[in-house]
Amino acid sequence: MHDDENQATPGEPSPLLRKVLARLGQQVLEHRAWRGDDRIHVDRRQIVEVCLALRDDPELCFDLLVDVTAVDYMGQPDGFRRPVEIWDRNRAMVRRGPLSRHQVAMPERGPLPRFAVVYHLLSTRFFHRLRLKCRVPEDDPTLPTVTTVWPGANWLERETYDLYGIRFQGHPDLRRIYLDESFVGHPLRKDYGKRDEQPVQPLHGPAANEPRRPH
Amino acid sequence: MANHRIAAYLTRSDRRQTTTDESAAFGGSFVATRLRDAVQWARKYSFFPYPFVTACCGMEYFSTAGPRYDIDRFGAALPRFTPRQADLVFVVGTITHRLAPILRRVYDQMAEPKWVVSFGACTSSGGPYDNYAVVQGIDRIIPVHLYIPGCPPRPEAVLDGLIKLQARVQHESRATPWKGIHGSGRPLPD
Ligand code: SF4
Repeated sequence: MHDDENQATPGEPSPLLRKVLARLGQQVLEHRAWRGDDRIHVDRRQIVEVCLALRDDPELCFDLLVDVTAVDYMGQPDGFRRPVEIWDRNRAMVRRGPLSRHQVAMPERGPLPRFAVVYHLLSTRFFHRLRLKCRVPEDDPTLPTVTTVWPGANWLERETYDLYGIRFQGHPDLRRIYLDESFVGHPLRKDYGKRDEQPVQPLHGPAANEPRRPH
Repeated sequence: MANHRIAAYLTRSDRRQTTTDESAAFGGSFVATRLRDAVQWARKYSFFPYPFVTACCGMEYFSTAGPRYDIDRFGAALPRFTPRQADLVFVVGTITHRLAPILRRVYDQMAEPKWVVSFGACTSSGGPYDNYAVVQGIDRIIPVHLYIPGCPPRPEAVLDGLIKLQARVQHESRATPWKGIHGSGRPLPD
């Protein structure tokens, strides 16, 4: 299943992808139709252009932005294509017990950018959907905002900023949305400790300083 | 009716030894100890719960409060949606670190006497959410008088817990057991 998904060669484009390719042409870096889901990759510098084209084209008419989120591909040597064996090996080591947990080695960072920002688009006229992805590197996690295209992107981009630390340039109000303003770091990044609590209210009582339960 | 029940209650002879403030003031007289029993009896059958509902456990709370399980039988039917009018807070659902100061403020705003029920696995221990965002048990923030296990607890478990809390309220021996960390009398830190 994963092999199928992660093959480098694109399969046959779906009818929707053909329309998208005809409209966007060279701006699509990569495309794939897999089990009914259509996905394209574009360059992050062209995201606003691409989104405007997808929204305003009468054939496509993606007038609803369903979600904006991100993926952290940290530790996957060639990005999103062949992650499976590495994560399987690490998971097997973790399962062996708590002692071997510290031996889990994150593989070297691959050549592809670490993050991908994902946009899910829906056309309320034609009821077709498209997944739009942009790779974003770790040392410069910035991206132009699409709030000018869909105003509803405002909070979705704030959420992505809050949890992944991706900065949307030109966003009218890029603040944290879920976590407290005092929070340090971005917890859905793979290098954030899963149990690294940052209490807002000081803890006390009998359980306050109890060690966390082992897995 | 009420008078009859008080009378029935007061004729029971297996009462505990009281060493409370009131009994000291009245010299441990019969009147003072019986008065205290009556007050505690009134308290336990007239809870005004404040439902602090944040997550899926709320469905079971509503079910408990609804006509089928009828929490009114236990005198705790009327939820007050302001902490200033409540004396029992049901903390129902996942409490995140961001919400923790609000829960603490709600607790602080309640007038005494007051009790806290930790409803469900999330509030008791963090439940399934063993991560950076969720408080691993609300007893790290406020005192808790009763834990109801379950994810979510069935209404029967809630009613059982309520009965146990009533028993506790009836038999509280100190004058202000709701004060401090788990009734220890030590003040809550800010
Ligand atoms: S204990 Fe279970 S049912 Fe209750 S709030 Fe937590 S996850 Fe939901």
